This record gives sequence, structure tokens and C-alpha cells, in this order.
Amino acid sequence: MPERTATIASRSGLHARPAALFAEAAGNAGVDVTISMQGEPADEALDAASILSLMTLGAAKGDVVVLRADGDGADQALDALVTLLETDLDAE
Amino acid sequence: MQNFPGVGVSPGRIIGTIRQMPKPISEPPAGQQLPAGVTPEDATAGLKAAAQAVHDELKARAAHATGDGKAVLEATALMAKDTMLLKGAAKLVARGVSSERAIWESGSSVSEMLHNLGGYMAERATDVLDVRARIVAELRGVPAPGIPSSNTPFVLVAEDLAPADTATLDPNKVLALVTAGGGPQSHTAIIARSLGLPAVVAAVGVDELPDGIEVYVDGAAGAITAEPDDSLRAAAEAWAATASLLADFSGTGTTSDGHLVPLLANVGGGKDAEAAAKLGAQGVGLFRTEFCFLERDTEPTVEEQAAAYKSVFDAFPGKKVVLRTLDAGADKPLPFLTDSTEPNPALGVRGYRTDFTTPGVLERQLEAIALAEKQSEADVWVMAPMISTAEEAARFASMCSEAGIKTPGVMVEVPSAALTAESILREVGFASLGTNDLTQYAMAADRQLGPLAALNTPWQPAVLRLVGLTVEGSRAEGHNKPVGVCGEAAADPALAVVLTGLGVSTLSMTARSLAAVAAVLKTVTLEEAQQLAKLALSAPSATEARAWVREKLPVLHELGL
Repeated sequence: MPERTATIASRSGLHARPAALFAEAAGNAGVDVTISMQGEPADEALDAASILSLMTLGAAKGDVVVLRADGDGADQALDALVTLLETDLDAE
Repeated sequence: MQNFPGVGVSPGRIIGTIRQMPKPISEPPAGQQLPAGVTPEDATAGLKAAAQAVHDELKARAAHATGDGKAVLEATALMAKDTMLLKGAAKLVARGVSSERAIWESGSSVSEMLHNLGGYMAERATDVLDVRARIVAELRGVPAPGIPSSNTPFVLVAEDLAPADTATLDPNKVLALVTAGGGPQSHTAIIARSLGLPAVVAAVGVDELPDGIEVYVDGAAGAITAEPDDSLRAAAEAWAATASLLADFSGTGTTSDGHLVPLLANVGGGKDAEAAAKLGAQGVGLFRTEFCFLERDTEPTVEEQAAAYKSVFDAFPGKKVVLRTLDAGADKPLPFLTDSTEPNPALGVRGYRTDFTTPGVLERQLEAIALAEKQSEADVWVMAPMISTAEEAARFASMCSEAGIKTPGVMVEVPSAALTAESILREVGFASLGTNDLTQYAMAADRQLGPLAALNTPWQPAVLRLVGLTVEGSRAEGHNKPVGVCGEAAADPALAVVLTGLGVSTLSMTARSLAAVAAVLKTVTLEEAQQLAKLALSAPSATEARAWVREKLPVLHELGL
């Protein structure tokens, strides 16, 4: 299964506005994307399109997360989502 | 024309169309099952459709919002169709639970989880409950809870408003407030006065009026008329002209013979304070510190608190700012301080008393106040709410002195404090009468209850007696310690004259009322005010006390107050 790691760039972490923007993008990705903290087992990964799951993940700025997806277009979708996580969305 | 008599709580005469505030969404009964003939698949599909509709509605509102409001609406919209929330509900539906009950329970568990995570997440817990209520409303086909959104200004009609509604009430969209319940001291009244909106409370039957009907609201007389005629239209137009005359306050409160009565403002934070300074307030007589923290689930840090306090101090350099320590409990619960399961919260652990059950919070607040004071030029006074005995006053004074706060004081809201004012004032530097709670406790009448509105007025001769006794206590103590009033009573121009006559030294009110109070006060001498105070004390009822005093103040009629 394709997977990527990304370092959270937003100052407030994956909360508030960055979490909302990311959840929305993951929901529109066309494939089911999961997210977990680096080092956590894949079967405990959370739904990346769920803003509530993202909040419970509690990823802060500088934390490394793992994104996973399967199916047609998974690689492209993951690349786009990594770019989003590695942008400081609070600065916009 | 149909008339609905009520109690006027904030003056102004206005005509507008009404929008009803939807009733709160009731909890679907525990154990409620899917109706016969509805499969779990159908119910889950229905739930998803309702969630999508709520999402779309919030998203559309976000498009029109700006700043923080926009971000909150966008995040809340996403929560509506969140898989965590919906999967939790779908599991329950698969076991035969009704869709309303399923989303209700799923919302509870998600909200509890966020709450337990603390910090920012805990603050979002209430957003999940809001989304849950919206989805249930959608499933039931009833309007979503909360203040209705509208593109045109309207008269808001509700059962009663809560402090939390203030945040979502847009004063540019609301022309007047009308409630079927609530009393003169209810939150609706306080919100209306602070926003300068005409308001009538306890107007039985108004909640049955259909949306879109035109009404005339007279916030001084306490009258609402549906489908007003031309004479009422003329009255509304005449008010608009008077209102502009009452907009200015010179910045010095005085009687006609030069007895100075500084007119101060009641504020809830930095923005309020700046607005009050612009309206000419001579200082702050009541800074309600809990309003900085009402949305909070956890205790703010000392630094956060100091920044919030400094924002108020900075609006009044060189002037008096009286800060009230956290007044949580009863109708203003704070999760980190108060127990929401008390059977009798108005008589429970609230105000200063929360220091008995949660020691440390008050100490840290005093530390934050001292820190903010050092960085500002305001003359900072600090008072504790809900003081009942001289012993409590002494303990509070020693806590203040340990924190380095020079001027400690107490609120007089409990009748016992008014009756023992002399010994209490031996312990502290000043007293401030909170007439809203003092009235509620003196009359044993819950200030939120519409049916008790007639009891719940500071015009009650018993309440005026307690004010007088507090002033006498200060005189007996012998050091001329100031006794002010910071309750809503000070915002009533006629009552302000009576309070001055009773010997109250400062009056603190919502900044919008400063000009009206100053205009009336400067038409009487101190001796006349003293005579009016005697007249009010001698009245057999609140109604007569008010009527007798108003009759002697023709200026009220001239100004439409």
C-alpha cells in the first residue's frame, strides 16, 4: 500500500483551520486516506477525512505523520496531501 | 392590533418584523428504537442526508462570515458529516436504535472524548453538541437551534437568552429583543442594555407570533403591539430623533448643585472597555472577569489572564478600574470551577465561595491582576463577589495583600453583607452593591423567572433599604469608605437619582446608559435626590416607589426615558 511521511508545518499543529483544510482535502481525494503518528501500527491509523479524528491525533508542529491510501490515483492523492501538511496553513 | 404587555428593560421604540428563536432541541428518549418498517440501512441513509444538509447550511453561512467566525463555521460544517460521528451513530442504528437517539449518543461520546483531551480540543466539545442538535433538528424537520440567520434586520423573539447567545447575536441584524420569559435582571435585559437595543421581557404569548409579522416594541413602557398603526409608526420615528440627542455624555457625573457622582462602566473585556472609554465613562466600576473565560473549559494561565486584564486597564490610564474576581456558578458555570449538579445553584458554591472547593484559582487570578497592574497605568481596585461575612472579607483582603493588590473590596449582593456592612468595611477598602443579585436574594425570587418579574425589581423598598443600610454601615465605620452601585439599577436614570440620594458614591452601568443617567442626574440637587430617596423608601410597593419618583422627574418624559 502506498504511504508517505510528512512533517506538520502549521504553527498551531493539525488543529483548527489547518485540520479543517486538510480533512476537506482528504475527503475530496477520491481514495480513502488514513493518518497515524510515525511509529504507530497501521491498523490503528485514523480516517484522514475526519476532522474529529485529526483533533484526537493531536499532531503538533514538527511532528511526523504517516499517510496511507490504496487504489487508483493513491500516489497522486498522497503527494498532494503531503504538500498541504508541509505548508504553514496558519500563515495564509 | 394585538397588544402584549411585558416589562420594559431597555428603552427605545422601534418597528420591525420578528424572527422567532427556535426552541432548544430536546433529547430523544433513551432506548428509543427505529420505527417499525424502517430498516437500519434506510435510517443510516436518512442520517447521512440530514448530516449533509447541516454541513451545506453551515458551509453556506461560512461563505458569508469573516475572520474567526468563518474558521469556526468551516470546522463545524466538517464535523457535521464527520465519519467518526456518523460511524458511531450507524453502529447504534444497526442495533435498532432510532437515528435521532443514535446521533445523540454518538455526539455525546465524541464530545466527551474531546473534553477529556483538554485544551483546544475540549473547547471544540461544545461545537460537536451544537452539530448534533442541528442534525436532530434536521431529522425532525424543525428549525435549527440558535439565533436565526437573516440578511435583513429583525426583532428577535425568544423564550429567554443565555450569556452564550451574546457571542452569536449580531447587533447590526437585531433591532430589538423580546422574550416571553425572563425578568428585568435576566441575561436578555443585560445583553440588550449593553448593545443599546430596545427590549421587553416577560411578555406572555409573544412566542406564539408567526415569523415575519410586524411589531412595535416600546422598551421603556414594556409594550409590544402586533401590526402597528400610523400613530405607533410616528412614535417610532419620534424616538429615532430623541435617541440621537441622548448619545453624548460630557464625562462628569454631577447633580445640578455640583455634588460629584462619578459615572463608571460595566465591562466584560478589552473591547467593551475601549467602547466605554469612547462613550465618556469615568472609569470601570465593574469588570466582569469571568466573561473573558466563559467559553473556556480549563483555567486560563496567569499570563493569558494578565493579558486580558491589561487590555481593560489600558483603556483607562490614570483612572479607576474595579475588577471583580471570577464570578462563576449558578447561571454562569465554568467547568473548571463549578459543580453543575447542585440542586440549588443560586444558593450554592458560586462567586468567592468557589475558593472553598477549588483553592488556587483565586490566588492565581490575584497574581495575574497584580502582574497586569504593574504593566499599566490604571488605578486598580479588586473585589470579591458573593461575600456574606466580615470573616470572608478579611480573608479576601489578606489574599489581596499577599498578591500585592492595594485596594481590596467586596460586592454586597447577599443581604447579610448589607446588614453587617460596618464590620465588613472594617476589613476592606470599599463596597460595591450588585443590585441584581441583592434583589434576587432579598426577595427570594430567581432572577431568571418571568412569573417573578414583579418581585425582581431593585425598586422594591426592601432592596432600597438594604442599599441605605450599606451606606450607613460605611458611615459608622468612620473612614468614609466608598459604597458604589454596579448593578443594573444604576442604569435606570430615575433609580440612579434615588441611589445618589441614598448616599451611594459612584454609579456603574452599561456604557450605553451613561448619557441618559447623566442627563437626568444634572437636573436635581443633592437635597432633592435625598428627598426622592426618602419618598421611594416610604412607598408600600415597588410599583408605587417607581411611579412616585418618576412623577417628580418630568425630565424623564421629555427625554422619552
